[in-house]
Amino acid sequence: MAKARLSQEGVVFALAVALFVVFAATLNNFLTAGNLIALVRSVSILGILGLGMGLVVIGRGIDLAMVATMVVSLSWVLSMAQAGTPFDTALVYGALLALAIGLASGILIAYADIPAIFTTLAMGLVMYGSGRAFLFQIDVQNSPAGVAWFDALGQGAFLGLPMPIVAFAVLAALVALVLMRTRFGRFVYAAGDNALAARITGLPLRPLIVAQYVISALIAFLAGVVMAAAVSGMSTRVYNSTMIYDVLLVVVLGGISLSGGRGSVRNVLVGTLLVGVLLNGMTILDITYTTQNLIKSLILLLAITVDSFINPRDEQTSQQSQGDI
Amino acid sequence: MKFRTILAAGLMALGLAGAAHADDGLDNPSRNPFYDGLKGKRVVFIPLAMGFDLTEGWAAIMRKQAADLGYTLEIRDPNWSTDAGTRALTALIAEKPDLIIAHNPDVQSYARLLKRAMDAGIKVVQLNLESVVPTDAYVGADWSRVGYIEADALVKQCGTGSGKSGKIAIIRGQPTAASDLYELYAYKQTFAKDPAIKIVSEQAAQYDPAKARAIMETVLQQHPDLCGVVGNWDNQDVGAGAAIQAAGKANDVYVVTSGGGNQIGCDNIQKGLLDLIISYDVPLQGNAINQQIVQTLLSPAKAGESKTSYYTPLTLLTKDNIGARTCWSLDQLK
Repeated sequence: MAKARLSQEGVVFALAVALFVVFAATLNNFLTAGNLIALVRSVSILGILGLGMGLVVIGRGIDLAMVATMVVSLSWVLSMAQAGTPFDTALVYGALLALAIGLASGILIAYADIPAIFTTLAMGLVMYGSGRAFLFQIDVQNSPAGVAWFDALGQGAFLGLPMPIVAFAVLAALVALVLMRTRFGRFVYAAGDNALAARITGLPLRPLIVAQYVISALIAFLAGVVMAAAVSGMSTRVYNSTMIYDVLLVVVLGGISLSGGRGSVRNVLVGTLLVGVLLNGMTILDITYTTQNLIKSLILLLAITVDSFINPRDEQTSQQSQGDI
Repeated sequence: MKFRTILAAGLMALGLAGAAHADDGLDNPSRNPFYDGLKGKRVVFIPLAMGFDLTEGWAAIMRKQAADLGYTLEIRDPNWSTDAGTRALTALIAEKPDLIIAHNPDVQSYARLLKRAMDAGIKVVQLNLESVVPTDAYVGADWSRVGYIEADALVKQCGTGSGKSGKIAIIRGQPTAASDLYELYAYKQTFAKDPAIKIVSEQAAQYDPAKARAIMETVLQQHPDLCGVVGNWDNQDVGAGAAIQAAGKANDVYVVTSGGGNQIGCDNIQKGLLDLIISYDVPLQGNAINQQIVQTLLSPAKAGESKTSYYTPLTLLTKDNIGARTCWSLDQLK
């Protein structure tokens, strides 16, 4: 089937290349090394979050709590650090919190059979609310000064590439390795493709689902570390922005099907690249805020439509116990 | 007139003399109506959100006076959600507090509800961000004036005769907020007068420093000879400043913005991230809103009957004039 027609990833990649060529030809200074680095840098955190979301979506779930997890765990870390806790200790607490959030979502989804979309949506709200009420008072937390590796992560470069890009690349390689080369990764595909069949075959389906949400929560935490280092602080207002939809945009646009079981890290990279080219080009063209949002959402709509044509709902998908998201 | 003044003075002198004669002092007769008129009144504040310098600063000052004068101050925090703010307002119209203090997320959303509140007999004061509907009072910055001052400062740095490129980037905040709309008008008016000024970018960062940083990185790639940046809010534009500093252009690009005069803003000037902040001075605004609360609560006028505005004073903060006591921190206000 994939041979006969173009895959969505192929379409999106072609679109990204086409946009790239058009921008390169028409915009001054688009094709400079500086601009290209700025382009990738500006979407690297989005890309990191996309990796976690991608993994969950391949397993036929969705994690709408990722941005909340990122914001709350890192804000807590930074506020503890400001209050005098050693930064490393604070980071461990933060990671534990992220882990707990992932565990809670996963258990609710896997064992209580609550649809992922509602569980994680609610979990995001619960975490954000309790974070604001109990963990930190001010909505913008500044990074502590004088932590050398943290400053290097934000401002430093490796082989001329800013660290956020390096972090994105390393994490992408790791997630790709897990998905393609480990038993766990293959299980995720199997469960995403047909959960019931996977279970009958003897896969530990429920623990598998829990593990996916734990991983996506930990990736969200890492994305938060990179973000806090890059902008030397964490603004909880990020939670109120459309960031979680941008993450979904990256994943779905790249061609990871919302019906699960298909896609890979390559799709996340392609999706991230297209969004990066698009955002960079629109900023250079100085397109107004509202129009930018309109263009972004039209493209998401287009991608979802294409997705449902290329990966149509069939007898098999509609019979699955988890239901469609 | 003059005769009357003398008469009044004479009578007062007599009264004082009488009191002095009694040697028991004098019970100020205008005291009681002041305190009695405030006691037990209910004031509700709907901020954009709590948890950031402006609203925490105002709230700290307002709370102090409320406790002092015996009226209650409640805060309904919509946490950046216009929707939640609208719901809170709708609920308040039914609850009928004595006074609502509204901090508008944009010029339209609350407008009709604020009018309905006044029709229901609730007095309304708008704080620092106004809506298109004038209410009993507005206390806050004159955003147009902030915009003109910012734009003039940039024209001085980048305009005709400066020998620079004249390229300017505008970083908007929330494109529907009063501050944004009124400032933008002032920028455009001012920049149009100088042919040397070219607006090369006009993007919204939605109060998010990370977004401001990403925008500025791209703009700098496109216009390495950028001369100036004018932004909507210091908490947001510090991101643009960081991008400029990372590009090694902190001395070439002049960053102008506005803010509440918080210590963090001043620190960012010291760090060279921002060059000029037009401060609307939150502690001063807190005192002004306190005065307005008392006046509105005590005024015999019905809700919506008289409409006043008080534009709070502005201070220009630069590296040259900030000292240890210029900027405030929340702990001082609490």
